[in-house]
Amino acid sequence: MPATIRRVLIALALALSLSGCATTTLPPEQPPMHTVDEIKDERVNIYEDPWEGFNHNLYNFNYYFDKYFFLPVVSGYEFVTPNIVQTGVSNFFANIVELRNFTNSVFQLNGTKSATTLGRFLTNSTIGIGGLFDVATPMGLTPYKEDFGQTLGYWGSGAGPYLVLPILGPSNVRDTTGFLVDAGIRYGVSLAIDLPHHMDKDTANAIEIGLQTLEAIDKRHNEKFRYFGSQYPFEYDMIRFFYNKKRDFEIMN
Amino acid sequence: MKHLRLLVIISLVLLPALSQAADTGYGYPFTTPFKATILQTPPDLKPELPKDIPSKRIALEVIPGLKIPEVFFYNNGVRLTYVFQKEKAPLVFLISGTGGDDSAPRMQTMMKALYQAGYHVVILPSPTHPNFVEAASHSHVPGDPTEDAADLYWVMENFWNKFKDDIEVSDFYLSGFSLGATQSAFVAKLDEERMTFKFKKVLMINPAVNLYTSVSQIEGLLDKIPGGRPNIGRFFNGMLAKVAEFYHRGEFVAFNEEFMFKLAQSGTITPDEAGGLIGVAFRLASAGMIFSADVMNGGGYVVPKNKQLTSTDSLTDYFRVCGHLSFLDYFNEYFLPYIQKKRPGLTKEALIDSMGLKGIEGYLKSNNKFGVMTNENDFILTAADLDYLRQLFGDRAKIYPVGGHGGNFEYKDNMAYALGFFK
Repeated sequence: MPATIRRVLIALALALSLSGCATTTLPPEQPPMHTVDEIKDERVNIYEDPWEGFNHNLYNFNYYFDKYFFLPVVSGYEFVTPNIVQTGVSNFFANIVELRNFTNSVFQLNGTKSATTLGRFLTNSTIGIGGLFDVATPMGLTPYKEDFGQTLGYWGSGAGPYLVLPILGPSNVRDTTGFLVDAGIRYGVSLAIDLPHHMDKDTANAIEIGLQTLEAIDKRHNEKFRYFGSQYPFEYDMIRFFYNKKRDFEIMN
Repeated sequence: MKHLRLLVIISLVLLPALSQAADTGYGYPFTTPFKATILQTPPDLKPELPKDIPSKRIALEVIPGLKIPEVFFYNNGVRLTYVFQKEKAPLVFLISGTGGDDSAPRMQTMMKALYQAGYHVVILPSPTHPNFVEAASHSHVPGDPTEDAADLYWVMENFWNKFKDDIEVSDFYLSGFSLGATQSAFVAKLDEERMTFKFKKVLMINPAVNLYTSVSQIEGLLDKIPGGRPNIGRFFNGMLAKVAEFYHRGEFVAFNEEFMFKLAQSGTITPDEAGGLIGVAFRLASAGMIFSADVMNGGGYVVPKNKQLTSTDSLTDYFRVCGHLSFLDYFNEYFLPYIQKKRPGLTKEALIDSMGLKGIEGYLKSNNKFGVMTNENDFILTAADLDYLRQLFGDRAKIYPVGGHGGNFEYKDNMAYALGFFK
């Protein structure tokens, strides 16, 4: 695993340093027939992206990371595990995320959602055998997705500049902050839960790393998005727009 | 007395339903063209199809020595989706509509229906899709049905050469949607000379009778928005605000199909606005096509001539420029000069006439391998176009009373008709 991480970091560093290297002598540029100066219309893509060059590099890096590492791993996982196991794994991690949904429902002072998400966690953890089965949804407990990015939005924070995160993908400053806070809360909760004392530190670490890897694979397995999958030249702009718009809607409800 | 009352009640309840059914005898639910086009077919009215089929995707390099510019570094060939039967079976090629690729939902549905019925199926992107413009168009200037058909045919031949030893094919069939339908007629005509496939039947679904006329019809939808065509940005922002407001008030859990149907039923969006949104969607498709064509030809139209765009350059300004150009601008300022350079003396009128079925009507009229499936209220057709289709194809033209432009494509009756046509 550490070797893989090192390889990823090297690739990332390469991707970032390679931009703007290739310059060859070419005939001088001539202005095109149509330019942006002739447009008097309102802008549609109103989300700020001051770090666009950096973001583009990461967007491209994620494409290669997916292509040569992540997606082959996910395909391998899908190949070796039966569908029912894949669903169980997804349910298991979704149940852990239920704690994030709960804490953020509380932060947003939403009684219904707090009760429902907590109810879902308790039901699925017990009747659903540690979260492997989602029995709460058929029982009428609607799933809600709440995270700290939405909480910040709820309390009036704007999206901030757009950010493409390595491996994790499209985000913005508000949602990245939210992601870190949620991760911190989760870490705190995991520390509070005592590990069985016969387990030594190395075993505990190995289990922890294994779980995190599996969770990442499960997340990618459930995500249908493919970088440059549309082959549309303006995909980067469209994704920036859709990501932020989707988050606006998620904050609204 | 009691019976009489019962009879009256039954009549009152049943009669409206019966008379409504007698109106059309056709159960597709959305009767207005824009609503149909946007909402398409509710899931429970689609045919029962397998959730997953063993389809695969391939990227084919079909132009030897082609150098794809760095800004399109992710394009590694024209992409096709295909699924094969294990036994000998007929093969159907499907051509996507404007801006659609091999993952277009309508084509995917048709692929499943045909696969379930025992066919091999191959989906090709539209020659207007950037993937095709860059990797499969020899001129990289899409729009001429004869040239586009030659490019499509070349891709089909490349595909067939790759797989002909792996599968057994009894007969070849061809179908396409919208612009892809019009192109399929030109592909079939070319096939009469080249004879690689000897297409047995060709089904044109919601074809454009003439490309220029249909594009003008769609562009015309933007004339009804406040301020007209130059203000699509402001219009789109206004629509977003309206949708957000409706979402906020309705306490919706997710931005899903249920929300879309409730939004449509609420009357929040007027028919003119729905038409405008279709116009905007079409502009998104043409924006990608225009940009790809210009970059592949060295720039000068929207990209500075000789500019070497890199994989990390911002394309936002180009996106704005391309979105504010219509397919008609592209036709007049880019496509027409390109064609006139190749065929000096060709007038604009003569070019427009050649971009439709009229140019090959002699071939189409005498040939009963062709069938058409379209709708009375498909807004890419003028009244004259509809008459022309009826006259040209006679009872081989199946014209449904409603459905807009392809809104009823996935409706179970329509899919059943399409399958019946190939039988």
